[in-house]
Amino acid sequence: MKAFAYVRAGSVEEATEAYAAHPGAKYLGGGTNLVDLMKLGVEQPGALIDVGRLPLDAVEELPDGSLRIGATVRNSDVAAHPAVRDRWPALSQALLAGASGQLRNAATTGGNLLQRTRCPYFQDVTKPCNKRQPGSGCAALEGVHRDHAVLGHSETCVATHPSDMAVALAALDARVELYGADGTRSVPAARFHRLPGDRPERDTEIRPGELVTGVVLPAATAGLPSLYRKARDRASYAFALASVAAVLRVEDGVVRHAGIAFGGLAHRPWRAERAEAALLGAAPTEAAFGHALDLELAAARPLRDNAFKVPLARNVGVDVLTRLVPPTVA
Amino acid sequence: MGSRHHTRDDAATAAADRHHSQVTLHVNGTPRTLTLDHRRALLDVLREDLDLTGAKKGCDHGQCGACTVLVDGRRVNSCLQLAVALDGSEVVTVEGLGDGGMHPLQQAFLDRDAFQCGYCTPGQICSALGAIDEARAGHPSHVTDPGTPSGRPMPLGREEIRERLSGNLCRCGAYPHIVDAVEDVIR
Repeated sequence: MKAFAYVRAGSVEEATEAYAAHPGAKYLGGGTNLVDLMKLGVEQPGALIDVGRLPLDAVEELPDGSLRIGATVRNSDVAAHPAVRDRWPALSQALLAGASGQLRNAATTGGNLLQRTRCPYFQDVTKPCNKRQPGSGCAALEGVHRDHAVLGHSETCVATHPSDMAVALAALDARVELYGADGTRSVPAARFHRLPGDRPERDTEIRPGELVTGVVLPAATAGLPSLYRKARDRASYAFALASVAAVLRVEDGVVRHAGIAFGGLAHRPWRAERAEAALLGAAPTEAAFGHALDLELAAARPLRDNAFKVPLARNVGVDVLTRLVPPTVA
Repeated sequence: MGSRHHTRDDAATAAADRHHSQVTLHVNGTPRTLTLDHRRALLDVLREDLDLTGAKKGCDHGQCGACTVLVDGRRVNSCLQLAVALDGSEVVTVEGLGDGGMHPLQQAFLDRDAFQCGYCTPGQICSALGAIDEARAGHPSHVTDPGTPSGRPMPLGREEIRERLSGNLCRCGAYPHIVDAVEDVIR
């Protein structure tokens, strides 16, 4: 590992100033992914700006019924928070489906969003990877890619985003709050991560030096039935092959709101907008859910070894949506 | 990671270096002040500088749990924690458990034959203690019924114990006896 300077920031302003003052700086949250990538030689920061103890550790109920989760709140604390469990249960379930107890205790909300792909070629500095080293090629395209993308990928990158939390945030219409040289701004969680296109080195819409300060769960999805379900190779402590977060509002026997996001299928949480549109006004039946998800997944372009993900995602999605229908309707 | 010569031989001259910092860790109740290369993980500091070799280096990438210790009362993978970021923290390792003798969970591991080679055992024990506290504090797990009320202790059956300890691998496969040992101490 390359030697680096270390700065512990006391405020978001101090953090962004320190970032600007240190070439090659990286923000350090819980370190569960960054420190690992430094050990692997994938990340070689000249300085770490420690934001893990910034006063962004609160979960606040806002007057409009939304909930702000500070960027340094640990994943385990978000998952256990009564407001999250009671009103946005898919977020708690997504967090608990990810990593291990030890990792969730260290990992932060901001860091979870900014974690990198677990593509084995990205993590192996002896292999070509356009995300790690732009222009070097993609070893996964014709290599071991069973876990890789089926939607939205490009010739330059077929990696998936590994976060479970981000999938739930996308489905729940959460926003990501940012602080940087241009002040504060917020972006929809479903638009925070990017598709690879010809710039796979950029995972997100974050600008250089910008800091995630928190995420906001909106009142609009508070209290609606929501679920997260993850299919993986073992029952615990594994990344998703395919996962689904969904929130559903059914009134008068028809779907009035559907928020559906897939994990494990793409370079970002895949918000299933086509399926959502197809469900609006429809009766919430298994057939309608299957039809809507088929429309969405018609865009899938599986790689040589991961076509199984398409029916897997469909079936997990139909299951989740069916469970979200209130018993009086079903 | 940083090797010994970075921290021991050069420590006196390195204090003002931009790549080193003075760090105080309260380890098993004793304050320990060290000048450390920023690259050094808590696990390496515990094992190499403080001669606390209970926490083990298994994968060194946060995947096996053999390095699990308690930092400020919470279980974490010490291989992924940079020591410099923990300045002022309370660290408890397997050596710090028990009050003069063995901790009841250590005794339960003996009574239940909850290990074979023993390499993962310190991490299993620290992780289980952290998991028991999390459940007492009302933290749910992946297998907890979502209808279980918040803010109250979560009951720990075998399925819960297995899920909550999934971050600790045992290549000998002593899992059934590990669950037995944990069940003994939560009864």
